Amino acid sequence: MASVRLLVTRSGCTALKAITARTHVSYEVKDNVAVVRINDPTSKVNTLGRHMQAELVEVINEIWGNSAVKSAVLISSKPGSFIAGADLNMFQACKTAEEVSYLLQAGQKMFEQIEKSPIPFVAAINGSCLGGGLEFAIACQYRIATKSKKTILGTPEVMLGLLPGAGGTQRLPKMVGLPAAFDMMLTGRNIKADKAKKMGLVHQLVEPLGPGLKSAEERTIEYLEEVAVDFAKGLTGKKVTVEKKKGLMQKVQDFVMGLPPVRKQIYKTVHNKVMKQSKGLYPAPLKIIECVQTGIEKGNAAGYLSESENFGKLAMTSVSRALIGLFYGQVACKKNHFGQPEREVKKLAVLGAGLMGAGIAQVTIDKGVATILKDTTEEGLARGQQQVYKGLNDKTKKKSLTTFERDRIMSLLSGQLDYRGFENADMVIEAVFEDLSIKHKVVKEVEAVIPPHCIFATNTSALPIKDIAAASKRPEKLIGMHYFSPVDKMQLLEIITTSKTSKDTTASAVAVGLKQGKVIIVVGDGPGFYTTRCLAPMLAEAVRALQEGVGPKKLDSLTTGFGFPVGAATLADEVGIDVAAHVAEDLGKAFGTRFGGGNVEVLKMMVQKGFKGRKSGKGCYVYGAKSKEKKVNSGAEDILKSFKLTAPPAVSADEDIQYRLVSRFVNEAVLCLQEGILPDPVQGDIGAVFGLGFPPCLGGPFRFVDSYGADKLVQKMKHFEEAYGNQFTPCQLLLDHAKDSSKRFHK
Amino acid sequence: MQIIEHFMSLSLIRTVLLTAFSFCSAARSLSTSVHLQAQAKSKKTLAKPGVKNIVLVDGVRTPFLQSGTTYADLMPHDLARAALQGLLNRTGLPKDAVDYIVYGTVIQEVKTSNVAREAALGAGFSDKTPAHTVTMACISSNQAMTTAVGLIAAGQCDAVVAGGVEFMSDVPIRHSRKMRKTMLSLNKAKTLGARLSLLGSIRLAHLSPELPAVAEFSTAETMGHSADRLAAAFGVSRLEQDEFALRSHTLAKKAQDGGMLSDVISFKVPGRDIVSKDNGIRPATMEQLAKLKPAFIKPHGTVTAANSSFLTDGASAVLIMSEEKALAMGYKPKAYLRDFVYVSQDPKDQLLLGPTYATPKVLEKSGLTLNDIDVFEFHEAFAGQIMANLKAMESDWFAQTYMGRKTKVGAPPMEKFNTWGGSLSLGHPFAATGCRLVTTVAHRLQKEGGQYGLVAACAAGGQGHAMVIEAYPQ
Repeated sequence: MASVRLLVTRSGCTALKAITARTHVSYEVKDNVAVVRINDPTSKVNTLGRHMQAELVEVINEIWGNSAVKSAVLISSKPGSFIAGADLNMFQACKTAEEVSYLLQAGQKMFEQIEKSPIPFVAAINGSCLGGGLEFAIACQYRIATKSKKTILGTPEVMLGLLPGAGGTQRLPKMVGLPAAFDMMLTGRNIKADKAKKMGLVHQLVEPLGPGLKSAEERTIEYLEEVAVDFAKGLTGKKVTVEKKKGLMQKVQDFVMGLPPVRKQIYKTVHNKVMKQSKGLYPAPLKIIECVQTGIEKGNAAGYLSESENFGKLAMTSVSRALIGLFYGQVACKKNHFGQPEREVKKLAVLGAGLMGAGIAQVTIDKGVATILKDTTEEGLARGQQQVYKGLNDKTKKKSLTTFERDRIMSLLSGQLDYRGFENADMVIEAVFEDLSIKHKVVKEVEAVIPPHCIFATNTSALPIKDIAAASKRPEKLIGMHYFSPVDKMQLLEIITTSKTSKDTTASAVAVGLKQGKVIIVVGDGPGFYTTRCLAPMLAEAVRALQEGVGPKKLDSLTTGFGFPVGAATLADEVGIDVAAHVAEDLGKAFGTRFGGGNVEVLKMMVQKGFKGRKSGKGCYVYGAKSKEKKVNSGAEDILKSFKLTAPPAVSADEDIQYRLVSRFVNEAVLCLQEGILPDPVQGDIGAVFGLGFPPCLGGPFRFVDSYGADKLVQKMKHFEEAYGNQFTPCQLLLDHAKDSSKRFHK
Repeated sequence: MQIIEHFMSLSLIRTVLLTAFSFCSAARSLSTSVHLQAQAKSKKTLAKPGVKNIVLVDGVRTPFLQSGTTYADLMPHDLARAALQGLLNRTGLPKDAVDYIVYGTVIQEVKTSNVAREAALGAGFSDKTPAHTVTMACISSNQAMTTAVGLIAAGQCDAVVAGGVEFMSDVPIRHSRKMRKTMLSLNKAKTLGARLSLLGSIRLAHLSPELPAVAEFSTAETMGHSADRLAAAFGVSRLEQDEFALRSHTLAKKAQDGGMLSDVISFKVPGRDIVSKDNGIRPATMEQLAKLKPAFIKPHGTVTAANSSFLTDGASAVLIMSEEKALAMGYKPKAYLRDFVYVSQDPKDQLLLGPTYATPKVLEKSGLTLNDIDVFEFHEAFAGQIMANLKAMESDWFAQTYMGRKTKVGAPPMEKFNTWGGSLSLGHPFAATGCRLVTTVAHRLQKEGGQYGLVAACAAGGQGHAMVIEAYPQ
């Protein structure tokens, strides 16, 4: 608290000179323009922390006190980051909502002073301008942004379960209009510079420069500053006007928005949409709507108050903690903890041009790594190549790639039916059919043609890596790389090491995964590793529920109602009923009755009838028809009827079904940690959320146990255990946590 | 003075021979001595053993006119024809003495896609003389000339005419792809019903035409935009650009008035008057230049209409021969065409840096340094582009970081640089500029008594070219 007060005192006291040299903020006066440069020496990006804020306030007060200064430019000296947001630690250190609100109010006040500044401020934006950074920028009178790919503007607070708390909910609607402001704040999406210009979020764009007498990055920042200084002078000399001439459409929109009933309708529509999408599990979007509404309908003062208070409340919610936990977890899983590999992978080969293989090839070539895509048949290869081409071409349609860049990227892909070029491969990733004997054959064939340093990675979703490695002459170079489908959309990569896998092999696999843009967890070997092993019991429970007469639609609504982005029945269709049957059978053999529940025969029968899920057009649902309403597959219903079970009433309420599904998932996850398959809870949470769609609002199975309470969960499981037996027996680690409430997976 | 200079140049030869070229010193000193007899004042000749001496006999060009002026109603091959006929008149060359014709063009008129052949036939060359067209953006006629050099060096030809034409008064504007597709399908439609249904499918969007843009295909960036970014990258100010543009116009005016531009031929334009002067030379005041708004990056850019080369119509032609053939036919050649290079680099951020990359490479090939060059003729696409190149050539950091060289090559001294004006003032018919540069070097060497000249140019696609030219002994 003391330092908070200090901050406020300083802001009110212009005469106070800095006692120590400033480290984060500096300024110089050029031609009556104060150029304020921000650079946090302790980090790659600038964040608005206590220190930064204090120095900013100090500098700004000095500028206001200097009569020679007629305008100011605010710029970051860091390439790629203007200000990436507020310092999260600052809020996390707070104990109460009031404490957080108080912090926010200091920020609000500072930005309000800038908004009302007697001299114009120009924000010169290059790189990430997010959250508090954007709120700072929109408090300035004028904004110039580089048209660089790295320049992104946005309010991502909602993704952390928070809201733009430093005036964002008040200024944005006025600046870009109510609909666009809601879109920005409720989705948290990143906005590129040219879009920002169109929206009216920035006034002027500056082209990024190539190399000159300095590096491109350095010179671009310098140039941005030169241009910003010119505009700052123009603003003082009234040569540049802030107001943009409004078009007819804009005037019409403004008029319509001026009508209270219209606004009321908008609030209502947005509210309903949020409720539909979030199932009411995420409080932040609703609070954002509330803040915006309060500001517009009751004035600024009420708006600011609502903003800071609601931010404080949100910061104390478990949802926000969960989402922030995921954010940090994701950052941690985007680092290579195994060191620099001895050799960089410059040429990769993928075996099998199926959905997975082609997906892996796509995310590899678009990072500039030459890739061979090998299949055994021309049809298979052509399909895979087309998939890669389509993936890239779709990006050109969205304009995130030019057709020229697409062609350059495609030139890195070599589709072939033979092993030509494998002698130069640094890594081979096989994505062939999930059958141990086929995998063995492939290992032997490939090892005969690859150089000694080449790593062999196997993309299997359930087969133990050591079983595959049994056919290898060099098991230290063999590793599991479990991708998730569709590879270009799913962020997770699960890397599986055996006891024989060398550290360098792991380091290399992680390096490749990171290059491919993946969030990576590294787990131990075993049937189903971590992700598949957690999913299997939940799917078994889902099948049981279906057998007990819970329809696929009901099952889906129960799971999505709990926070899963995809319902359990739909998920089974997406994964593939055949894959699910395969996994259920394999893991059933490995783990016994604990993995029971639903009858595997249900799945097998469905496969027999051709109900393999979305890929075959039929699974739990019927696909292909254009109608929006998904139809339940009556053939599947018939099968379920023939395997009908009676639902025990004591454990069959809606909430019971939800917890039956989730508790089996969570218990298996905790068991994986107990057995050492998982190295830590963070990777467990990341794997579950990013790979399996575990409810993000719960933050992953481990954070869920922490927030829900292990004792409560164990209690529920014991209740289920009575009805169903050992599938619900809590594992030892979970019992330990239940016994001792001070034991937590996350601090 | 002359004696001292002579002595110095001799000692220069000796040092060079003793140090850098010990390997071929015997051969080189032999050929040097031969030429020394014929040439009173000489550094060294760049003749190489086993390589034919190839000479520029003469070069001409039509006046370069701003597009949409007197040439407006012509077609590209008309201009090319005028240049070829002008060359025939100037040299008195028998029409059947030419073995081959190579001609450059950038924006192709679809009716005359091999404009070389159409122009040659129209200019009265023998129909037994084959002709082909080359294209390499602004260095198309450089490519035409070096193709000629290659044909002669390989012993396949003795006399080749090279040149280039650009006609910006009329450019092919196409129907949209959708419309083209419909029209092509219409050709194939057999029944009236099929035709009507195709016609019925035409929508407003079909009618918007496709204009040829002076934009890079790979980056979709217009050249002026790239030039503005390049100037900014090298910190070239608006003032520097305007000053250079003014210099170009002032020097061009002086050269025009002084009768230096002797490569220009008079051309009786059908239905119009005789044209005998370039019409884009307009020396203005700095104040006038400063008033112009930026043309590409608005509002803070620095490249304006006045400090960029303008859209131009024009054609040029040169006669290139093996030295023996020229001498046998009784010609007095103007210059030797020596080493040349083509370079290419990043088409986005280094689109117009061709001269920076090409200059040190061609000098190295010839065993020369920048100080040996008496006459520089660089293609002036934009004042900002020239200034950026000069700064890049002066930068050790740039040479080391981007070109993999140990040191900078250095910037040409301005008193030797484009002293008769350049593309900014004379005009820049894309594919005709290369021949103008080479002919100008030859003429300047003769006028100024220099021995080596250097031509350098940038081109769309991020490519570049440079050539060393040696004065023919007077």
